[in-house]
Amino acid sequence: MEIIVCVKQVPGTNKVEIDPVTGTLKREGVESKMNPCDLFAVETALRLREEYGGHVHALSMGPGQAKAVLLEAVYMGADDGTLVSDRAFAGADVLSTSRTISQAVKKLGKYDLILCGKQTTDGDTAQVGAEMAEWLGIPHANNVMSIEEVKEGKFRVRVNLDSCITTQEMPLPSLLCMDADVVTPRLPSYRRKKGTEEGAVLKVLTLSDFEDHDKAHYGLSGSPTQVERIFEPEKNVSRENITGSAEEQTERLYGILKQRKFV
Amino acid sequence: MDVLKISQEKATEEAAEALIKLCPFGAISRKDGKLEISAACRMCRMCVRKGPAGVITLESVEDRRPKVDKEEWKGIAVFVEHRDGEIHNVTKELLGKARELTKVTGQPVYALMIGSGIKKSAESLLKYGADKVFTYDYPELKDFLMEPYANAFEDFIRKEKPSAILVGATNIGRSLAPRVASRMRTGLTADCTKLLMKENTDLVQIRPAFGGNIMAQIITTNNRPQFCTVRYKIFEQAKPVEHPSGEIVPMELPEEKRRSSVKLLKIEEKPKEMDISEAGVIVAVGRGLKSPADIELAKKLADALGAQLACTRPMVEKGWFDPKKQIGLSGRTVNAKLIVTLGVSGSVQFAAGMRNSECIVSVNSDPEAPIFNIAHYCLCGDLYEIVPKLIEKIREGAENAV
Repeated sequence: MEIIVCVKQVPGTNKVEIDPVTGTLKREGVESKMNPCDLFAVETALRLREEYGGHVHALSMGPGQAKAVLLEAVYMGADDGTLVSDRAFAGADVLSTSRTISQAVKKLGKYDLILCGKQTTDGDTAQVGAEMAEWLGIPHANNVMSIEEVKEGKFRVRVNLDSCITTQEMPLPSLLCMDADVVTPRLPSYRRKKGTEEGAVLKVLTLSDFEDHDKAHYGLSGSPTQVERIFEPEKNVSRENITGSAEEQTERLYGILKQRKFV
Repeated sequence: MDVLKISQEKATEEAAEALIKLCPFGAISRKDGKLEISAACRMCRMCVRKGPAGVITLESVEDRRPKVDKEEWKGIAVFVEHRDGEIHNVTKELLGKARELTKVTGQPVYALMIGSGIKKSAESLLKYGADKVFTYDYPELKDFLMEPYANAFEDFIRKEKPSAILVGATNIGRSLAPRVASRMRTGLTADCTKLLMKENTDLVQIRPAFGGNIMAQIITTNNRPQFCTVRYKIFEQAKPVEHPSGEIVPMELPEEKRRSSVKLLKIEEKPKEMDISEAGVIVAVGRGLKSPADIELAKKLADALGAQLACTRPMVEKGWFDPKKQIGLSGRTVNAKLIVTLGVSGSVQFAAGMRNSECIVSVNSDPEAPIFNIAHYCLCGDLYEIVPKLIEKIREGAENAV
C-alpha cells in the first residue's frame, strides 16, 4: 500500500502579538516543530505499512526550513519526504494551498491513501484535507478514529461525528483526516537519524515541476480570500481590577458573585 | 491584486538586516547580496508598512481573472444541520445572523436542508426568518454521506446563486463546507467570530489569525459564493417571528447525483454526556496549575459554584484533561453565564471559545496576561491563595443561608 502522509511545520509557540509601540508583529522564539495533530497521521500510516506492506511518503508545503519536519517523519519511520516549496506559493489561502499540495500529490505517482492531521496549530482551519480531496476527485472523511480491513480496493473507517460514530466502507484511493489522540505516536528513532542521509530521502518540488504551472493559480494570486487588515482583539471596556491582598480580593469577588446571584 | 516587489538597489546590508528582523514569519533572507522572500511569507505586509522605505513595496498587478458579476449572486444561505429532522441550534444562530446581515443589502435569507422526510422540520425553519427553505428530500439522503450531500449543495448553489453561505462548524459542516467551496473554486473562512456585510455584498469575515494574539479581517472580493463556517454558541439564536412569511421550495436532484461510492455500514449513538458548550457556569484551568493533583482544588471550586470544569489546550496536551473539556478554537465554544478562569493566560484561540460569556472572572499571577483584556473581573494574584479562600467563603455563605 502506498501512503502519502501530509505534515506541516508550525511555530513552537503560538505567541504572536502586535507590538503596541511599533505596530509590528512580533513572534517570541523562533523554534518550530511538527504540527502535533500530524503525528497521529504519521503513526497511523506507519502502522498500516506494518500490516499491509508498501511505503509511507511524507509530504509538506513550506519554506526550506520545513525539511526538518519531513526528516522527523523519516526518523519516525517514513520511507521518504517531499518538500513543496516556491516563492510563488507565498500568501496561499485554503483553496490555493490545497491546490498546490494536490498538484504535488499528482507528481508523486500512484497512491492508495492520503492521511492528514485534523488541523494545524497555526492556521487552525481544519479545511485543507477536504479541499485537497476535491481537487484530486477522491472521497474523504474527517475525524477518522480507525482504519480497518483494507482489502480488494476497499477499507473500513470509523468516523467521529458530533452526536454519533459511523462506520463507513470507503474505496481506495481516499483521503482521511485523522482525529487527534487516536493512536500514540512513536518517537523519532536515533538509529534512523544516524543512518539517514538527507539527500537520499528528501526531494523538493517547485512550481515548474507541476502539471499546472500557471503562476496565477498559486500563492496570493490564486487565493480567493484576502486579509484586508489585521488588528488586536478588542478589549473589554467595562472591566474591574480587583486589587489588594488575597483576602481582600476574595472578599470583593465573593461580594460580586453573591450580588449577581451566582452563589 | 498586490504582490511584493523587492528593490535590490535599495536593499543595503543595513536595510536587509532590519527587514530580516522585522518579518514575523522568518520569510526574508539575504543570499549572495540579494534580498529574498521565501514561501514562508504570509503577506502580512509588515515589511511594506514598517520596513525601511522603498525596499519592499506593493506592486499592483493586473488581475487576469474574469470579474465576477456580484449582481448575479443574491442572498445569504444557511446550511441546515440536523439529524432525522432534529435541527441543531447552530442553524438557528446562523439564521439570526443572516437576517441581521441582509438588513444591509435588502436581500433574502435562504436555508438549505438535505435529508429524508424533512418537510415538517423544514417548515419549522420559516419562523426563524428564512424567506425560502430549499429542500432536497430523498431516501438516499437520510444520513450524511459526503458525495450526495456535496452534489445537492452544488446543485443548490448553481441554481439559486446565493452570495454568501454560512455553515455551522460542526464535524459535518467542517467536512462538507471545504468540499463544496473547493468544488466552486471559491474562498472559505473557518470559525469566524464576527461577520459584517458591506453594501456591495462582500462578507467581512473576522477570525483569529497566524496562530497568535491577532485578529484578521478577511474578504472574498472576486469570487462567489462566499463561504464561511461559524461555531456553535458564537451568535445569538434568531427570535421566532409571529407570522412567518417564507416558503418551502422542494428541489430535484438526479438519481446519479444521489449515489455514493462510500457505504454507511453502522451508526452508533454516543453516550449522552455533559457537553461543556451547554454549561451555564464553568471553571476553566490553564497552565497556572502546577500539578495534576491541583485539579482537585479547581474541582472543589467548580462543585461549590455548581460549575463544569474545563481547560485550555496545553492541559489536554499534557494529558491532564480529556479533549472534550477543552475550550478554544481546537476545542469547544462556550457561552456561559459565569466563567471563572484560573491560571489561564488567555490566548486568542482560547478567548475565541469563551469571550461571549456573560460574566468572566479571571485569576492570574501575570498582570500582563491577555485574559485580563477580556475579563470583567480581573484578579491579579496567586490562585493557590485566592481559590481556597473563595471556596471557604462560598461554603460559609451556604451554611449561613440554611
